[in-house]
Amino acid sequence: MSAFRTVPGWVMGPIMGLAGLAVFIALWHVVTAGGLVSKAFLSSPGATLDALAYGLRKGDFAGQLAATVLRMLNGWLLASIVAIALGSLIGISATARAYLRPTLAFARSLPASAVIPIAISLVGLGPGMVLGVIVFGSVWPTLLATVQGFANVEPRLRDVAQVLRLSRAQFVVKIGLPNAVPDILAGMRLSLTVALILAVIGEMLSGQEGLGSAILLAARAFRAPELYAGIALLGLIGFVSSYGLLLVDRRVTRWRS
Amino acid sequence: MTRWRGIVVPLALLALAEVAFRTGGGTSDSLAPPSRAIAALWAVLTDGSLIVGTAQTLGTMLAGLALGGLGGLAAGIALGFSDLLRRFTFLTIEMLRPIPSVALLPLSLLVFGFGHRMEIAVIAFATFWPSLILTQSAVVQIEPRLIEVARMLRFTRLQIAWKIVLPAAAPRLMTALRLAAGLALVVAVTAEIVSNPQGLGHDLMIAQETLRPERMFAVLFWVGLLGWGKNAALLALERWLFACRGEVDTSIAT
Repeated sequence: MSAFRTVPGWVMGPIMGLAGLAVFIALWHVVTAGGLVSKAFLSSPGATLDALAYGLRKGDFAGQLAATVLRMLNGWLLASIVAIALGSLIGISATARAYLRPTLAFARSLPASAVIPIAISLVGLGPGMVLGVIVFGSVWPTLLATVQGFANVEPRLRDVAQVLRLSRAQFVVKIGLPNAVPDILAGMRLSLTVALILAVIGEMLSGQEGLGSAILLAARAFRAPELYAGIALLGLIGFVSSYGLLLVDRRVTRWRS
Repeated sequence: MTRWRGIVVPLALLALAEVAFRTGGGTSDSLAPPSRAIAALWAVLTDGSLIVGTAQTLGTMLAGLALGGLGGLAAGIALGFSDLLRRFTFLTIEMLRPIPSVALLPLSLLVFGFGHRMEIAVIAFATFWPSLILTQSAVVQIEPRLIEVARMLRFTRLQIAWKIVLPAAAPRLMTALRLAAGLALVVAVTAEIVSNPQGLGHDLMIAQETLRPERMFAVLFWVGLLGWGKNAALLALERWLFACRGEVDTSIAT
């Protein structure tokens, strides 16, 4: 290490990270080129990249990527609106919290994918079913986080609100929600992850257009490069959405620190 | 005093569903009143079919959790100790970690076919990352003087890991376990619903496909109960183990 001492840390970090990634890809290449793993199961990095480039330029990847992202965002936004509204209603009253929290905790511990069979038998295998399941599954993290954020409002702020004779609606807008913002954002990040997962599952089960059904078809047709390219795209969606929200979080909650 | 309040809402909802169903005609291929769901739950409990599904789901869940959790634990300890290794791997980890575990279902099915192994592999992938990240941060936060003492005593690396790191990081590791266990159950049921013909998830799909809604609701309720019970049990264990230390972090619920 002593030879690197003169290089500042913020330069070294990314360089070493990239070196690590290069080693990972090189290993991946060696494993596939050496025939250690069958090509039907693991496509080489080159073949995956080719499939990705071809799929994006001439194939259906761009449309499928857009379909999955839109599905995820639609469900997530709907769920967030419902969750913040309901969470504020529940969070504002200690009585409502006492009555509803156990039910919410139970509903949350239910794997969201387990309601898919019910959704199918209620509305069939359409896009509405997928959207409904995404909303149902991704509502819980934000909802519980909002309730949590309201429960954690400093008691003295409640006193202040009383002295100022704030109405309930004013309390929500002026004290409750601003206080709950960090909790809500953390919940929304979790919700977005859930929304992506449920979008993929929904597409796989219903055959709706999107990356979920695309990778399922690629696997069934033994087209490994396409399968890995699809998985990489899904990873990219996860990466971008998670980091995007982290940046928003840092921006919005900067005043706190 | 406050305990009974939590049960009021679910009971009221169930009663409402029962009344709505009875007054609204009574037969349906997609819905069933709570009374029939309870009867169906009793039926699948007594004829043993629910036990078989539960054993399959919990078995694969535990196997996947053991694989992914212990793998993540080992990797997390290694990364927690070595700054160099941490910097070297962080980009690769950040690229692999956001891949939704369900995206690996088709791949796992291609490689392993139907059965326990495809499900275990996906669960292991899903639980590896939180285990790795939480272990790593737990190790980094260990009081450095403890490590210095161990070095003075000329402990080997394995001894340091066993005698210093694991006990010192135990409360945080317990939280990681609770998180990973919740994830493992969700992924197990999801894998069974999407592709793997076994376990509770498959029972749910079969009940739906054969138009037996009462059975579907019974299994769904059972799955919820399993998830809730597992979480409550792990929380209780955590409180019991670390009550004296007063550092149980209950804010992360699964």
